[in-house]
Amino acid sequence: MLTRKEETYLQKKLGRRPNLLEIDMIDAEWSEHCSYKSSKKYIRSLPSHGKRVVVGPGYDAGVLEIGDDDVITVHIESHNHPSAVEPYGGAATGVGGVIRDIISMGTRPIALLDALRFSSLNDENKTSKSKWLFKNVVKGIADYGNCIGVPTVAGEVEFDDSFKDYCLVDVAAIGLGKRAQIISNHANEGDQIVLAGNPTGKDGIRGASFASKLLDDKEDRSAVQIPDPFLEKLLIEATIEASKSNCINAIKDLGGGGLSCCLSEMSHLVEKGFEVDLAAVHTKVADMSPNEIMISESQERMVYIINRKKLSRFKEIFNKYGITYSIIGKVHGQDNLNIHFQGKSIANISCDLMVNAPLCYRKSKKPGYLNRTKKGIEMYKVKDYNSILLDLLSNPNIGNKDWVFQQYDHEVGLRTVIKPGANASVIRVNDNKFVSIKLDGNCKHCYLDPYFGTLGCLSEASRNVVCTGAEPIGIIDHLQFGSPENPQIYWTFRKSVEAIIDFCNYMKVPVVGGKVSFYNETMSSPIKPSPVIGTIGLIKDSSHITKCVPTFGDTLFILGKTYEELGGTEYTDSIGYSEYGNVPKVDLEIDRKNNSAVLALIQHGLIDFAHDCSKGGIGAALAELAISGNVGIDIDLEKIPNNCSRPDYLLFSESHSRFIIGSKQRNRVKEILRSKRCIFSEIGEVETTKILNLHHSRKEIINLPVNDLACNYNTINHIMDGT
Amino acid sequence: MKLGIVVFPGSNCERDVHHVLNDVIGISAQYVWHMEKSIDDYDALILPGGFSYGDRLRAGVIAAQSPIVEAIKKKAEEGLPILGICNGFQILVEAGLLPGALIKNVKLKFSCKWLEMEVLNVNTPFTNLFRVNDKISIPIAHGEGRYVIGDDKLHDLYENNQVVFKYKDQNPNGSTEMIAAICNEKGNVMGLMPHPERASEPILSPDQKKSNAELIFLSLKNFLSSYQKN
Repeated sequence: MLTRKEETYLQKKLGRRPNLLEIDMIDAEWSEHCSYKSSKKYIRSLPSHGKRVVVGPGYDAGVLEIGDDDVITVHIESHNHPSAVEPYGGAATGVGGVIRDIISMGTRPIALLDALRFSSLNDENKTSKSKWLFKNVVKGIADYGNCIGVPTVAGEVEFDDSFKDYCLVDVAAIGLGKRAQIISNHANEGDQIVLAGNPTGKDGIRGASFASKLLDDKEDRSAVQIPDPFLEKLLIEATIEASKSNCINAIKDLGGGGLSCCLSEMSHLVEKGFEVDLAAVHTKVADMSPNEIMISESQERMVYIINRKKLSRFKEIFNKYGITYSIIGKVHGQDNLNIHFQGKSIANISCDLMVNAPLCYRKSKKPGYLNRTKKGIEMYKVKDYNSILLDLLSNPNIGNKDWVFQQYDHEVGLRTVIKPGANASVIRVNDNKFVSIKLDGNCKHCYLDPYFGTLGCLSEASRNVVCTGAEPIGIIDHLQFGSPENPQIYWTFRKSVEAIIDFCNYMKVPVVGGKVSFYNETMSSPIKPSPVIGTIGLIKDSSHITKCVPTFGDTLFILGKTYEELGGTEYTDSIGYSEYGNVPKVDLEIDRKNNSAVLALIQHGLIDFAHDCSKGGIGAALAELAISGNVGIDIDLEKIPNNCSRPDYLLFSESHSRFIIGSKQRNRVKEILRSKRCIFSEIGEVETTKILNLHHSRKEIINLPVNDLACNYNTINHIMDGT
Repeated sequence: MKLGIVVFPGSNCERDVHHVLNDVIGISAQYVWHMEKSIDDYDALILPGGFSYGDRLRAGVIAAQSPIVEAIKKKAEEGLPILGICNGFQILVEAGLLPGALIKNVKLKFSCKWLEMEVLNVNTPFTNLFRVNDKISIPIAHGEGRYVIGDDKLHDLYENNQVVFKYKDQNPNGSTEMIAAICNEKGNVMGLMPHPERASEPILSPDQKKSNAELIFLSLKNFLSSYQKN
């Protein structure tokens, strides 16, 4: 609902009292979800320029040029509130929304990614919704993505009890097209406004406002939309065909705020006024009021602006696919959105006023809990390193996510070169050009230190992309927090934005898309700060594609120094100290140096694999390598550059900027790493024995058969399917 | 030599099959929209995978009522090679061109992964370059791929050598006798659940090695060229 201040502002600008329909329209458009009124001030300063950026954040999707007139479009969205109430439909319609943003640019969607957050799966409490949410969110994404034939190529899942009875569902999509095909989004006087797709119904009424407040126990199901992936698939094909036939002057999908937000944002974008007749809108039921038609969030709908002369061709294409459409109005005048119904004008507002909600200046204050969390941790002495490592591998945050990925058709489209589950996924653009992409988040680190936590997510996502042989060319961000009205939460949001600005400026990588989602709170507390970062990388030579599979004969190196940084690690969490300690920091200079060294090694053809050390530290990374190659690994831990006071800290610290590298040309690797002045060392070998063997001070501290590691690593399957 | 790729609303592997046939295998192939009634121009037809009509009601059942299916039935009788992949297989079964049924996977989940299958019948237009017992590395991606058939009909399938491929080592969906592909009595109509078009380029294989799944398309090319010579 509009605040009193907003109402006064609105009335002053309008010069009259708004009517009820106008209030509904403004309420949707000025919701936090649509207007970014609490965040705009800060996210405006995100670095979004670069030589590859054709269209930066702000439109439906960002556009990056990748050579030869090829462009990729990229966008990220979340559907947290609906998914927490109705996980299947909420997650599925989240996929639908982000895909329509990609087709709105005139590009074909070629890949989906998701980042999901739930509370712990191991919760013995029978009332825990975690498994139910997890199972149905994954099924919702799978059923939608599979049906529309867009592969879900990568994902990330995190479990933390701050998401109790709640979940975060982020979906990103990538599109591919030619620069000349990008829809220019313009309109001329007299152009026709066409609404196509699903009939407008009473589903999803006030969804945008629903997503802009706290969930209460009266779960509001009418605010959740109903998915129809089959219709979405038809919309993809028809839109691409119409775009190739040069029928379309402008497109926009209908998301939060329905027709109301779509028309006002579109009118603002093309700098023209619209005359719209709501009686022309095709609806699901006959008794819909004009208000309901304007703010319904029925899915799979798009608005197209079509030149009169192209209308017959447009109709031909949409008829071929059996898509219903209605001509709801025409372009007229300069700025106003004039809505008619049954011969009367029922709303008439400047779209400039609609899309520029008065900004909210939120107070910001360092959270009190941060004084408590700095306290040191008293750790017991470790007796059995083997069981600690096995427990960590069976932690769903670390364990393999095949249970998720196998439900996604990740192969359709013939582009998926590196499949989900590795460092980052690699998709083929053509035989000489590949895009690598990864989403990463870490709410435990961000809770303890939102600045370095976020910097860490940026560092990790980029490192994962570098491991596949790709140079990072763009960043997407999704900033998810509790209520911005709480100054302590708002402070964490600002720190997170600062980190993105610092990282992107230093690395000279632009932010090409993003989203802010506030009011993510459960009945008991706000979620931990949960920014999710996506890095997009480019590979220009198929021989540079690097998979993460060690083979017999590889010499193993570690690049980067391990610090005693245990705060927010999976290790301390597993023993009940998740909310204490110093989180890993990122030294941007070292981060950049190490990434560029690894890329140089890959481009010289010197290494077989590079693997990121992140959640679970070196211990988990080495176990993952042994499992992935089904090989033995023998390591002398003392050779690892570090400042750790205990072997368990060394094994499980989550310090950034570290890679484990395998090579059969050790001397040349050393030469290059020395010339780049990197901190590194040779730490061991890949062996045929199929045993992970780690020793420290001449003592063997870990000795485990690869089969045992693999079995523990498969824990999500055990929990979800009992197999 | 010209192949038709039959496209239904909701098909989603037609462009993949088009790419592999034209750019990898070297057979000219073009799309045929499901409203076409005349398909005389084609030497063979492929029904690609996807979710025709969103799998509503049951996978393949609505597509089987399309205008083109009557023409396909006629061509099948005349001996035209017709290959249904995944949803194409489901449509051929629903159209009555192949026996049995495809129902929900036994775990009730969609499953996308690489596995191995083996060759049983090498006397079809799609398998003439294989040897019996050859192993093929290939991915599956389906939610309704569990092949079921009554015992007496199963007996007939074996009797007539209609079981073309079987899964090896693991049964991914609970199919009767691990059946992955079958053909009609004459052998000119085949349906298979796994996706050979996804295993026809080494770069897409998990180990980036050449899979022999492309022999399914090469067999068809071989069949059609020797047929044309005669």
